Parts: sequence; C-alpha cells; structure tokens
Amino acid sequence: MAVTRTGTSDLAASVGLTDADLVAMYRTVALARAVDERMWILNRAGRIPFVISGQGHEGAQVGMAWPLERKKDWIAPFYRSIATCLAFGMTAQDILMAQYAKAADPSSGGRQMPGHYGNAENNLLSLSSPVATQMLHAVGIALAAKIRKTGQVAMTSMGEGSSNQGDVHEGLNFAAIHKLPFILVIENNGYAISVPAARQIATPNVADRAAGYGIPGVVVDGSDVLACYAASKAAVERARRGDGPTLLEAKVIRLTAHSSDDQQTKYRPEQELAELRGHDALPRFRDQLRDAGVLTEELEAVLAAEIKAEVEAATDHAEAEPDPDPSTAMRWVFAESWPSETPPPWGVGGGHGMTGQGGPEDGSAAEGATD
Amino acid sequence: MALKTFIEAIRETLADEMRRDPSVIVLGEDVGKKGGVFLATDGLWAEFGDDRVIDTPLTESLIVGASIGAAVNGLRPVAEIQFADFIFPAFNQILSEASRMRYRSNNGFGVPMTIRAPYGGGVHGALYHSQSVEAFFTHIPGLKVVIPSTPYDARGLLRSAIRDDDPVLFFEHKKMYRSVRGDVPETDYVVPLGRAAITRPGSQITVVAYGLMAHYALEAADVVGEEGISVEVVDLRTLRPIDKEMVLGSVRKTGKCLVVYEDNRFGGYGAEVAAIVAEEAFDYLDGPVTRIAGPDVPGVPYNHVLEDWFMVNPEKIADGIRKLAAY
Repeated sequence: MAVTRTGTSDLAASVGLTDADLVAMYRTVALARAVDERMWILNRAGRIPFVISGQGHEGAQVGMAWPLERKKDWIAPFYRSIATCLAFGMTAQDILMAQYAKAADPSSGGRQMPGHYGNAENNLLSLSSPVATQMLHAVGIALAAKIRKTGQVAMTSMGEGSSNQGDVHEGLNFAAIHKLPFILVIENNGYAISVPAARQIATPNVADRAAGYGIPGVVVDGSDVLACYAASKAAVERARRGDGPTLLEAKVIRLTAHSSDDQQTKYRPEQELAELRGHDALPRFRDQLRDAGVLTEELEAVLAAEIKAEVEAATDHAEAEPDPDPSTAMRWVFAESWPSETPPPWGVGGGHGMTGQGGPEDGSAAEGATD
Repeated sequence: MALKTFIEAIRETLADEMRRDPSVIVLGEDVGKKGGVFLATDGLWAEFGDDRVIDTPLTESLIVGASIGAAVNGLRPVAEIQFADFIFPAFNQILSEASRMRYRSNNGFGVPMTIRAPYGGGVHGALYHSQSVEAFFTHIPGLKVVIPSTPYDARGLLRSAIRDDDPVLFFEHKKMYRSVRGDVPETDYVVPLGRAAITRPGSQITVVAYGLMAHYALEAADVVGEEGISVEVVDLRTLRPIDKEMVLGSVRKTGKCLVVYEDNRFGGYGAEVAAIVAEEAFDYLDGPVTRIAGPDVPGVPYNHVLEDWFMVNPEKIADGIRKLAAY
C-alpha cells in the first residue's frame, strides 16, 4: 500500500485495533465491491457467462474473517464469500481467474462455476453447489484441530436459506457436544433466491436456534463492520479457550439479484430495493472512518486509485490467461502419486484414467476424452 | 499364519493401523464402549480413548461430512455406517463432496477417508438391514469401492483403503462376519486396490462375483465341477476401479461369462460388468453374458421363506452355470 496510517484513533482503540488495521479492513471491503461490480460488467459485456455476487455482504464478511489467523485457521466459505476470501489471503486476480474459469484459476482450474472459491494455500476449503454441506466439513476440520491440538479455529459461513438444511443441525449439535473450536456465520440477507425470510424461518433470528444446542447465538448488524469484528473476535477467543462453538448471525442486504440469471424485481418491491443502499456497509464504514479521522480525502483517493488499478490488472491478466486444456480433464479424479504402500493398480507412473496409460478403466477414460 | 474370522481380521486391522498411524481415528454410531453393533471396533475405545474412537449421534451425514473435514485437516478417519441401509442420509456428502473434492479443486484438496458399512442379506434383516447398495456408489467417479470376501483380503484391502489418499467405501457382508474364516498372516502385507483374484481356475465358464457371492460361486463351481463343467471364478475384490484385464482375460479364455450379484438385478453393478464383457470380449463369446441376481422387489422380505426366495444361493448359481454351459 502506498499510504500507510500509523497511530490508534479512539475508534480503533475501542475494538483493540490500530488505524492501519481499520484502513486495511476498509480497503478489503472496497476491493471486494470493486471486484464484484467488475464481474457484473464483464457478464453484461458478454465476457463471462455467470455471476453470483456478494454485494451487501462485504462488511460483515471482512469483520467476521478478520480475527482469524491466516494460514493457520480455516474457513469453509460459500458462494457469496468474495470479501471473506480476499480477507483471508486470496487476491483480486484469484477471484477474476475464477470468473473467467482459466487453467490457472486457483480455486478449481476452471472446473467449477464462478463463486466456488477455495484455496489450499490459504486454508479456504473448496465448496460445492449443494448448500450447507460445508457446515460439516468445517466441523470436521475443528474436530481434527481439537484431536491434533493445533489451536486452529474453523469458521464456515452461509445464508439464512442454507441454515435450514439438516447438515446445519447435525453439525451444530456435534460441535456443541464436543466443544469444538467452530464458528457458524449466518449472513442473513432476507432472501433465499426469491423466498423471503418470513417463509423460511419461524423465529426472528437464525441465531435463536443456538439455545437449542446450548451455545451462544449472537445477532449483529451486518452493516457495522466493527460490530461484526467484535462479535467474531469473542467467538474466536471462546473457541481457542476450548469453550466451544458460537453461532453468529449478521443481518446483511442483498444489493443484487441472486445471480446473473435471476430477475429480482419480480419478487422484491421497488421501494425495498431503493432503501437497500441505506443499509450498505461500505458507505457506512467509510463515513465512520472519516468521522474518526482515520480516512482522509487524500488517503481515500490513493486507495481508490490502487483498487481501480488492481481490478484492471486482475481483469487483464485473467482475460489473457489460457483456457484449460481438454487433455487435462481426466486428471485428478484420484491422486496420481500414491505415497502409501499401495501401488497404483495401473502401474507406477500412470495416472488413473489418463488416456493411453493402460489403466484398468482405460476404455472408459478414452470415452470420456472423446465425448 | 493364524485362522481368523472375517470380523477379527477387520477389527485387528483397525487396531494395527491406529497403532501404526496416530492420524487414524474411528467414528460412528456405537463404535466406542460397545465396540459397534457387530463388534468390529471392540476394544479400540479401551486402547485409544475418546479422542480417536468417537461415538457420534445418529447423524450419518455428519459421520461422513465431518470425516471429510477431519481428513482435509490432517487425519485419516475411518467412519462406520452401522448398516449400509442407513448410508443414504450421507449420500450427498459422499457423492457431491468426498468424491468430487479432488477433481473440483484441481488437486487442491484430497479426502483420505475410509467408510466401512456392513451390507447384504440372508440374516433375517428384512428390507432395511439387508440391502446391497454398491451400485449407487460404483457409479461415482472419484470414489473407490471395495468388497472383500476373505479375512486375508479384508485385512490387506482395509490397510490399502486406510492408507489411500482418496475416499474408499468398504462394504463388508454381515453374514460373513462370523461364518467365514481364513488364514491371515501377521505380516504388514497389503492387497492393492483395483486388483481382482482368480479364486478357482477353470476352462469353460467364467463366473464373476464379489463378497458373499464369491463364496457361493465357489460352492456352485464345486457342484457343477462334479458334473463335468469347468468353472473359473473371478473374485473382483475392488469394484471400482474395476480390474478389467483380469475379467476380460478370463472370459477370452473360457468364452462364457456369468455375473453374480446379490443386489436387485436391474441396473446392478453386474450390469456394468456384463456391458464391459459384451463390448470388449465380444469376439471371444460363445454364449450370452448372463446374470444371476436378486429379484426386482424393493427390498429383502423378512419371513424366512420369502428371504430364501430373494437370496441368490449356490443352487441358483449352479442352475445359471448349467444353462450357460449348455448354450
């Protein structure tokens, strides 16, 4: 970053951070928004076929992810987790590479739809499209952390729509029984595609369910970045102490349609859409940092220029990268090196199902390659 | 060399692997103090404690889903599904998650996890304690599916499964747990995944089977052998990846193929075996590839007369062999 802040304002001190931390958090929220807006432009320009967006969730995501330790703790994200991924070590270029589904896309090598981010290097677990399945993976990561005594915390996030899946119940119950270092973040934007929260959940808050598992359930305003940070920090500390899981619910907004294939004016009243901007974390956080003297006009201008350049460079890079080679499409059905004593049944040196390697299922592999 | 029952081989292998590798854990319903409803994990809790032998709530999706997460974060979980019939709440975790994790992340993540599940009928278990469910899972690329038939193979294959870096589904025929015995060496041998075995050499008909049916095929081969029909039995041992070369090699020699499976006939695993043989050994065939399998009713009925009607047995297999031999 070209401009750095030193010092600690009263605002920063109130949550145990420095001004530089606040600027970095703001920059991540703003970068996520800029990347997201770029995705929609590229989609409307016909450059990328599909967008699923995190606009309106970014403040909560950055606040929630910030107390975790990068490359030590784990996050199992969901399809709106752009800001989460940026806060946890992925870059704007990584996100753009997924939009273009290029060979070097670090999430999936162009195999998954955009939005299915994951990155082993940053302990961000790969996700699928069936919702809430990642709940149990994060619980299992926390179980391994406890058994291995690694001191890690595992967090997962999902929408309130996903919170109704059975895996959420199974996971919270188990995490509570074993006091696992686990945090469930519900980003409640009020809609499961078209279905409003009142048709999804009988209580005012998803977090109300925490009582049924004997764990804390905390509701926070998702447009208040520092409130999200403070709630998450308390949950992380509780998890590291061995006191068990926490259910956090951030009330957020969905500024866009569900995806680029959705027309939200069909089910959302116009007045509601007009009011959304008033609950957006990005301008709220900016005003808060301005009022505290953390953001100056000069600093804002520098950040804006940096972010613009970063998104431009990421887009140009992703656009220029090669597509995946179809000859690689049979790879990684299974591991291709076998560290165990078990030799690969198709002989040392050949990958499973790779065409021409003479494997036991070589015939079917060849079919797959020519389909 | 010691004579062991099928379940002793499994239990001792679990204990051996847990002693050898501290990252191996066992989790499932009643696997702890009770040692599992079939006692496959008996004694493990006493030796390895709460951290490594975990009694879960009745939550099959969690048993598999949490195993996936634990595997991603450095453990090698061996999950037990109490009966294969109850595996379906975990189907999404097995299909959408475990089996696709490596492929969808372009080798970013792998899931070194073994799922053990008792399957099969002939034990008065009725519709929901008797099913053969392998066909649902052998359809899935990214998942290895193993069904051993002998204590020797159970030990060697379970070792391979636990040490493998990808998810392995390990089905154990529950009727074999105490009825099947065999020699098991004390050595640290493995049986590689993906390799079938010819358990009886013959020249006129190839019978392809696995699990309990591999035993019944041998019994049937003895009976028809006395009538002058020479049967070669191929025990698949691993259903996926399938050892096509051994199956095709045998059929190219004998010219006839009978596929035996206990599951419902329609769309069963044996249908894929039949298709492979028909496609790739057509020029060698002297008769139709035929199947002996369970009838297409929604489950194994309870009453012993009805259960006997359902179950494939050595007599039904012998009849199938005679018909094919006469073709």
